[in-house]
Amino acid sequence: MRRNECIAMLLAGGEGRRLGVLTKDLAKPAVHFGGKYRIIDFTLSNCVNSGIETVGVLTQYQPLVLNQYLGIGSPWGLDRRDGGMHVLPPYVRPKGGVWYKGTANAIYQNAGFIERYDPEYVLVISGDHIYKMDYGRLLDTHKGNRADATIAVITVPWKDAGRFGILEVDEEGRIVEFAEKPKQPKSNLASMGVYMFSWSALREALIDDESDSRSSNDFGKDVVPRMLRGGARLYAHRFEGYWKDVGTVESLWQANMDLLEDEPALRLSDREWRIYSVNPNQPAQYLSPEASVGGSLINEGCFIEGTVNRSVLFHGVRAAEGSLIEDSVVMPNAVIGRGARIVRAIVGEGARVGEGCRIGSPGSAEIAVVGSGDEVAASEAKAEVEPI
Amino acid sequence: MKLPMMGVINLVHEPEEMSALTASRCLATVPFGGRYRLIDFVLSSMVDSGIPKVAVFAHRKFRSLMDHLGSGGHWDLHRNQCGLFVLPPSMEDMADFGKGDLYQFYRNRDYFTRSAPEYVVLARSHMVCNLDFERVLDRHRERGADVTVVCKRWPYAQTGLTRKVNLSASGRVVDMQDHYGRLESDIVSMEMYVLRKDLLLDLVETSLAQGKDHFVRHALMSRLGELKVYAHLHEGYLGVVNTVASYYRHSMELLGRDVWFELFNRPGPIYTKVKDEPPAMYRSGSRVQHSLVANGCEIEGEVYGSILFRGVKVRKGAVVRGSIVMQNGIVGENGSLENCILDKEVEVRGSQQLRGSAELPLLAFKRKII
Repeated sequence: MRRNECIAMLLAGGEGRRLGVLTKDLAKPAVHFGGKYRIIDFTLSNCVNSGIETVGVLTQYQPLVLNQYLGIGSPWGLDRRDGGMHVLPPYVRPKGGVWYKGTANAIYQNAGFIERYDPEYVLVISGDHIYKMDYGRLLDTHKGNRADATIAVITVPWKDAGRFGILEVDEEGRIVEFAEKPKQPKSNLASMGVYMFSWSALREALIDDESDSRSSNDFGKDVVPRMLRGGARLYAHRFEGYWKDVGTVESLWQANMDLLEDEPALRLSDREWRIYSVNPNQPAQYLSPEASVGGSLINEGCFIEGTVNRSVLFHGVRAAEGSLIEDSVVMPNAVIGRGARIVRAIVGEGARVGEGCRIGSPGSAEIAVVGSGDEVAASEAKAEVEPI
Repeated sequence: MKLPMMGVINLVHEPEEMSALTASRCLATVPFGGRYRLIDFVLSSMVDSGIPKVAVFAHRKFRSLMDHLGSGGHWDLHRNQCGLFVLPPSMEDMADFGKGDLYQFYRNRDYFTRSAPEYVVLARSHMVCNLDFERVLDRHRERGADVTVVCKRWPYAQTGLTRKVNLSASGRVVDMQDHYGRLESDIVSMEMYVLRKDLLLDLVETSLAQGKDHFVRHALMSRLGELKVYAHLHEGYLGVVNTVASYYRHSMELLGRDVWFELFNRPGPIYTKVKDEPPAMYRSGSRVQHSLVANGCEIEGEVYGSILFRGVKVRKGAVVRGSIVMQNGIVGENGSLENCILDKEVEVRGSQQLRGSAELPLLAFKRKII
């Protein structure tokens, strides 16, 4: 890929409202996942591994944690002399400034940034999804079809189709219809929120969209349907593999559990497609003579004296003697006291679960959550952490 | 705050009897503690103490050293103003290679004169510890010492090769002998010397002019009468790792819970080169106890009292006891290890049984297939 033939714009302003206490002071792309990553690591690593080395990261909601995490992009190899990673928050202009009104408006407001690199193609992606994808192949499809826009799609079960942007395509893969969350889906090809645009076509579409005062300035709801109505060449690119939107507590928990399969669909140990992340500089994990660990993914810096079954533990977790962690996700630096039992739960970053506390239960349909930084003492355990 | 002191990690003629572990690397880059190299401990201590500038005098087999240190970014030493400097041996001809560290300091004296800090701390790479050099410098100034040697009270017989030191009641060094000497003392030198930069340069030039080229042996030990050489006793953990036996012994000490907390975290963290491995995977049916496990490991078998470096695979039915398995090692199905040290990328195939003893661990060469 020629330098700046294609640049990426990564939407990282998601609130992740349905993740509740896990996103109370950070944006959804900064949510922890998989024992050592944050969700945004997957898209940033995909960019680098695909040879895209200029990435604008659009932030808006609760950006402090995310900004500190991203820094100048070094962990992903994106601290480059030319290009590299740039954080793009909303900014003030001579005639005032506004928040990003929608995904399309965020790109529109940063058209100046894109023009500075003068790319032929612009990849628009979201920092909310977990998947490994070679965007180079998406670009090949795009070029092969001489398309104005190419949308990556994945086949979803028919029963879930109503939750996605659903595309109908002809036999050449050209999109004939696009419906955002349709009640009666006509197809089960769902948009992954990964769009490859020819910049000239996107620029025009964004200007059109901006002049429409009724538009909500969203790619899925407004820009793509408008381009389709205007007769633009829109194509689908089929993706096969693991893709997950971890928008809810349940799906975040499930996506973590997916990693514990014998042959996980999302393979983190693939050395040809590494997922990079900020390294917390922690020693190798310690398992005491009393520890018992099985079917689990555990990160550096953990100090385990209890029992851990089918769980994902992030760095710096302390699990004291006699504690039990089962079917759970425990985020960085959480402390689990003596004899505490954590079952089917997500324990937030830096939370402290006191001696003998019980959180979650094996039969429960819902996942119990302890918020980041929360402290749970034995007496209040029941009341505090009933499933939200 | 920055300390007015520069660090020198001196790899010139480091004393070692490490056998296969240093066959293709220098002592400084021998892997230790599941994810570190020996040099990480002193280098991180310097950085955590606020030393802004560190020079590493490389000497032999330093490819792995260059690979490990890179530009110093992992230790936050990739800086515009100061940072890390790796100084390879500077020689006119091959005969200069045998010359001592004073000769290498002399050849690089421009580096010292161009550096702003008033003080220098000279250190070796094989002292596994976590210490605050600011305290050493404070004590050095308080006492008006010419040279301060960091020492450790060591009443145990076994460790690596160390220089013994005798102190007066006031803590002044009155005698010092190389590791093979007969001096009886339970105080060992940690080979860290704090002194003023101009005194160092003076000692370098004077000693060389007298035909002497070894810093401690010549410049220091012969001047214990005229220079005020004081000891600073280190209270924290120390492992002197320069023999196979001390490598094994000090590695196993990391499995004590207090050592883990102290050595890796206090006063500051130990940094190393980042590898971007996923978290360790413990398959169901695996049993791991009393062990240190790094990221990227995949364990299906049983591991007791052992240290697994990054990316080690322990297959089904395999049993690893009292062993150290370095990066990307593979213990095949039903294999068994007891008291072994496997260097990087060793593969133990099939149901092999390898056994050493705690006193004489079995040591396998890098990339060997057994």
